[in-house]
Amino acid sequence: MAIDKNEPSKLRWGELEEDDDLDFLLPPKEVIGPDENGIKKVIEYRFNDEGNKVKITTTTRVRKLAKARLSKRALERRNWDKFGDAVREDVGSRLTMVSTEEILLERPRAPEAKASGDGLAQLSKGGAVLMVCRTCGKKGDHWTSKCPYKDLAAPVESFVDKPAAAETSAAAPGAGKGAYVPPSMRANAERTTGSDMRRRNDENSVRVTNLSEDTREADLHELFRSFGAVTRVYVAMDQKTGTSRGFGFVNFVNREDAQRAINKLNGYGYDNLILRVEWATPRTN
Amino acid sequence: MRPILMKGHERPLTFLKYNRDGDLLFSCAKDHTPTVWFADNGERLGTYRGHNGAVWSCDVSRDSMRLITGSADQTVKLWNVQTGAQLYTFNFGSPARSVDFSVGDKLAVITTDPFMELTSAIHVKRIARDPTEQTEESELVIKGPQGRINRAVWGPLNRTIVSAGEDAVIRIWDSETGKLLREADKESGHKKTITSLTKSADGSHFLTGSLDKSAKLWDTRSLTLIKTYVTERPVNAVAMSPLLDHVVLGGGQDASAVTTTDHRAGKFEAKFFDKILQEEIGGVKGHFGPINALAFNPDGKSFSSGGEDGYVRLHHFDPDYFNIKI
Repeated sequence: MAIDKNEPSKLRWGELEEDDDLDFLLPPKEVIGPDENGIKKVIEYRFNDEGNKVKITTTTRVRKLAKARLSKRALERRNWDKFGDAVREDVGSRLTMVSTEEILLERPRAPEAKASGDGLAQLSKGGAVLMVCRTCGKKGDHWTSKCPYKDLAAPVESFVDKPAAAETSAAAPGAGKGAYVPPSMRANAERTTGSDMRRRNDENSVRVTNLSEDTREADLHELFRSFGAVTRVYVAMDQKTGTSRGFGFVNFVNREDAQRAINKLNGYGYDNLILRVEWATPRTN
Repeated sequence: MRPILMKGHERPLTFLKYNRDGDLLFSCAKDHTPTVWFADNGERLGTYRGHNGAVWSCDVSRDSMRLITGSADQTVKLWNVQTGAQLYTFNFGSPARSVDFSVGDKLAVITTDPFMELTSAIHVKRIARDPTEQTEESELVIKGPQGRINRAVWGPLNRTIVSAGEDAVIRIWDSETGKLLREADKESGHKKTITSLTKSADGSHFLTGSLDKSAKLWDTRSLTLIKTYVTERPVNAVAMSPLLDHVVLGGGQDASAVTTTDHRAGKFEAKFFDKILQEEIGGVKGHFGPINALAFNPDGKSFSSGGEDGYVRLHHFDPDYFNIKI
């Protein structure tokens, strides 16, 4: 078979330089030193069992815990005897341990805000709608990532306050939906019938708290569907870790279904936590 | 990075200090026993036994031979760093809070808390080379500030003493005469107790942290306010990187944050700020309680934090820390 020599040949190192008399020679070993990530590549060439040239690339990550460039005095200090409580130190004392978790210097999520800073500022002057913090809900003056309560589960009273807030400021989110405000409930909504329908649905909203970290929307849907038709499920997620923040909402079509779900599932053990199930906005029944 | 956890103290940490070479880390805590660790791998070298009260601060001489510690048992003790032996004890009428060696280690400035009828005071003691010649007498005693003086340090060339405390005012005193030279401007200064103070590597500026949730950078000679860094939590400890233009703040918690359902491990963080731009660079989480002490290794490549949880966490920076850009 003819090898078409006019083809622009992709250089395969195995086909290069087929000098028969120098076949027993191998290209030299290359070491591509540790780069800024500490990755070191060693490329070796060998003959495998069938007598073919084989290229072996070993990629290692070189990592140093600490630079041991100690001064002479410091080296002397290294050899000092232990004193005080450290005299009776047994090897298994485990006073000093390396953390099992990798801890990073977590950058605040500001970069996008910086780039479009002015645009956002103008928008916020126009409509406070867009600036509702998902965590504490009521404040309209900061983004979710800057919320002072961002490390906690959202303050519980914010749920109670929301219906009051919803009446007072149309910009506030609808009952129990987080930051998303359906178009019908926004500041300039007119249609009453549409909003009635949705509001009734939102009034059949059930809040579930004390969820485990792994709980997702699908889990809640599966759990609650046996009580009736479920229109919407929502589980509050922590953006950084991807885990549930411990609470969520389920919207039923029928109020009776919601009531039954509350009665049955409040106190129900789910994924080794006891669920708390109640109306999303407290009812004075 | 993988921090090294050192659980040598059973009570909250109060202070951390590296020696000049950066190979030893001294930790002080409320459990009466200052401890010294190797700064590279966190291995404990020894403990200094002798105090009967919480140890509030310490300082180590430049040759790493002498350690001075100030304690709530109304004494300040001098120790031999290598053997752990007590060399001398200064007695006071009230708990000693802050200690600092001068440049040259011949003098030490010690502050004492207000206690019963005594007001808070700043004492300057001469430290003899030979501990047997050590005397109790003070070179200078300065009284004046109301409330506790949380930190007093030597100014450039030992000419001045800078003090900061509960009355939120920073004062600069002449170290020979004890006269008050300067006071920080009340308008731009801190509004609540100043908890911590740290000098830059060259002594030209210093950083104070306060319970008013901010930290401020000041010029040492003129006491003008240079920068302010704002956080969400009261600041208990501050540190400045000797290598890069970074400032680290460590803090406490709001009373409202006492109960929380967040079960991520240890979310008290040391916040890094760009010194010049005053912007937050990031946070290093991990402590289970408020951070009470922070210290940077003099080589700038690692830092340690001590918390209310009794842990000292030693962090060696990853290479990309040095490439951070805002």
